[in-house]
Amino acid sequence: MTDQTPSTESIDRDVVLSSRVRLARNLSGQPFLNRASETQCAQIVRTTQNVLLNASIAEKIIWIDLDEINAHDRNLLVERHLISRNLAESTLHRGVAISGDEQLSVMVNEEDHLRIQALRRGSNIEAAFQQVKSTDIQLEHQLDFAFNERLGYLAVCPTNVGTGIRFSIMVHLPGLRITNELGKVRRAAKELHLAVRGYYGEGSESSGNIFQISNQVTLGSTEEDLRDVFTERIVPSLIDYERSARQVLLKRNPTLLDDRVHRALNILRSARLLKVEEAMKLVSRVRLGVCLERLEVPIQLLDDLFIQVQPAHLRQHVNCALNADEELEIRASLVREVLKDTV
Amino acid sequence: MKCDLCNKPAVVHEVTISGGTKKEVHLCLEHAQAAGIAIPGQQPVNKMLSKFVIGKKEGMESSQRRCGGCGSTFGQIKQANLIGCPECYRAFEDQLSMLIEQSQFGNSEHVGRIPRKMHTPSHNEIRARKLMRELDAAVTAEQYERAAELRDRLDELTTNVEHEDEADGGAPDA
Repeated sequence: MTDQTPSTESIDRDVVLSSRVRLARNLSGQPFLNRASETQCAQIVRTTQNVLLNASIAEKIIWIDLDEINAHDRNLLVERHLISRNLAESTLHRGVAISGDEQLSVMVNEEDHLRIQALRRGSNIEAAFQQVKSTDIQLEHQLDFAFNERLGYLAVCPTNVGTGIRFSIMVHLPGLRITNELGKVRRAAKELHLAVRGYYGEGSESSGNIFQISNQVTLGSTEEDLRDVFTERIVPSLIDYERSARQVLLKRNPTLLDDRVHRALNILRSARLLKVEEAMKLVSRVRLGVCLERLEVPIQLLDDLFIQVQPAHLRQHVNCALNADEELEIRASLVREVLKDTV
Repeated sequence: MKCDLCNKPAVVHEVTISGGTKKEVHLCLEHAQAAGIAIPGQQPVNKMLSKFVIGKKEGMESSQRRCGGCGSTFGQIKQANLIGCPECYRAFEDQLSMLIEQSQFGNSEHVGRIPRKMHTPSHNEIRARKLMRELDAAVTAEQYERAAELRDRLDELTTNVEHEDEADGGAPDA
């Protein structure tokens, strides 16, 4: 364990990038989406849109009709983790309600009729949990959710019945990656009934050594018990494991580590062309150097870079479409700009 | 051993004992087929399957039964691992229990939040349901000491739940 506890907001920030809690909910009396007609899907969107806009679930709430916006804007939402890639690419009528501070999003017609999710920076499952819980209570005043006394909240996939709750953290695991310990993490996760996914969740690859870890069991325990197991046992062990791996790297060969992290920072500061994968990999190395106090770059700057170097965000940055070559050039120039004042 | 009718190796060996005399027939694949002898493993799969399905007529009927809510059959649900509608959970309750237990690593009963419109169980009620399941597991595993401890905790909780009900005016569950 390291002693660094800079502020309550950034506890465990060296390993945990963000925390997310989501609930799967479906409307009673309506078929699930795999059996719903186009008209029924449109009806579900209309009903839930009205409720979401009027239920006071956040100070400011924005409704986005995902059928109406273009693929670029949908990708922008994916890159911010406000909607899933599944929802962005779906051909069904669908939408999303997002709070003004982007901490809450309710996806409509993703896999289930509603996916209520709350996001927080760093390790803060509790705040996200309280927000989805209160949103659920607000929404059920006006919506009848499919529920069965024995099985709890009903979902299209049996993996989500019961509480319908999924706790997940996005973690940066460069130490475990470099020390080749990720296989062990995956095996332990499997035994503990946890899912290990990539940067964009289900079906995605890891990028920049970033992984999403979440519970798989949603039935047979209360929401609070599931939360306690996740936050009191799973998250601390994973953090300790990654920190130990980083210490091993540092002790084993500090010069090699320094070379790696300084080289990464200098490439980022001088490159003229950057692919997204290369940028993610280098930012990941710099982040490792910062967490081990080998480099001084604000960690938030790096966490923002993980998002800013993504294709849709780059396009948004220059406000025009980019061809493949231009994208590499703009990415490199953006990264140089962001890092220009760092030591 | 060679075929009785040619020099090829015999693959079918039929022994018949009739009237105290034993008759042996050894045939190669071609001659066995020509003689109309069914060879295990050579039978067309569709024939074997149709026999199997006919034998399980009752099973076939239930796999074609449709959910009154959305028209899904259990076969369709199982193939996609996706349920058709909330009503499917009642229509295929038995078949789905196994699928659910597999997906949920052996868990089969909800003990979490209940919509307020239905009934909100107290924390003690939720704990009592969980303890009950633990007690069942302890008894099955013959861990009697643990079972006794769980039973005492359950008794204590049940008394508390009754007091809560009295405090609420004994309102029945909605």
